[in-house]
Amino acid sequence: MVILYILVGIAGGLIGGMGMGGGTLLIPLLTIFCSVPQHIAQSINLIAFVPMSVVAIIIHAKNGLIKGEYFWWVALPATAVGILASLIVKNLDGKVLSACFGYFLIALGIYQLISAIVSCVKGHKEKKEKIMNKGKKV
Amino acid sequence: MMIAGGLGVGFANGFFGGGGGMLCVPLLDKVLNEQTKVAHATAMLIILPISIASAITYVISGYFDLRLTLIVGGGVVAGGIAGALLLKKLRSGVVAIIFAVLMIAAGIKLAFF
Repeated sequence: MVILYILVGIAGGLIGGMGMGGGTLLIPLLTIFCSVPQHIAQSINLIAFVPMSVVAIIIHAKNGLIKGEYFWWVALPATAVGILASLIVKNLDGKVLSACFGYFLIALGIYQLISAIVSCVKGHKEKKEKIMNKGKKV
Repeated sequence: MMIAGGLGVGFANGFFGGGGGMLCVPLLDKVLNEQTKVAHATAMLIILPISIASAITYVISGYFDLRLTLIVGGGVVAGGIAGALLLKKLRSGVVAIIFAVLMIAAGIKLAFF
C-alpha cells in the first residue's frame, strides 16, 4: 500500500511539474484508488504543493519568468477567499464535496480537452505552412 | 479583472484543495495577455500563499494525516522535479489530450457513481 501511495504521489508530481495541474490528478487518484477520504486528499495536495512550488518558483524566478506585480492584485484577494472556502468545506459532507470535485474535474477536463485540440490543430497548420514555404524556396 | 480572477482562483483552490493553477494560467494567459511560460510560472507564485493559508485552515479543522502526507508528499516532490525536467520533451498535445480525458473520466466517476 505504501508503494501505491508513493507511486500516486510521483504521478501527481510528474503532471504538476509539467505544468498540467498535478493536484487535479493527485486528489482523484488518492480517493478513487487508495480510498483516502476527500477532505484528507485535499489537505495532502495543499501541503505537498508548498515544497514543490517553492523549488519551482526559485528556478522560474532565476529564468525571469515570474511577474511580481500580480502577487498583490491577484494573490492577496485569492488567499482571503481561499481561507473562507477552506472554512466552508469544514461543514461539508465528504460525499457531497467529492461529487462537487467531480463536477469541477469534468469542467476543467472539457476546457483542457478543447484547448489541447485547438493547439494541436494550430501546430499542424504551422508545420504544413513551413513545409509549403520550404517547397516554394526550392 | 485581476481581483475578480483572484477571487475565483482562491475560492476553487481553497474549496477543492487544488486546481487553482488550472484557472490561474488561463487568467494570466488569455485574459491578462501574458506569455504562456510567464503565466505558468507566475501562477505558482499566486497559488503558493493560497495553498499555505488553506493548508493551515485544513490542519486546524482536523483534516490532516501526517504519515500519508509525508509518503505521498515525498512522491509528489520527486515526481515534480522529474516532471519539470521532462517538460520540454514530453509536453505534446497528445499528452494533454490523454490527461484531459482522464480528468473527465475521474470527474464522472466522482460526480455520478
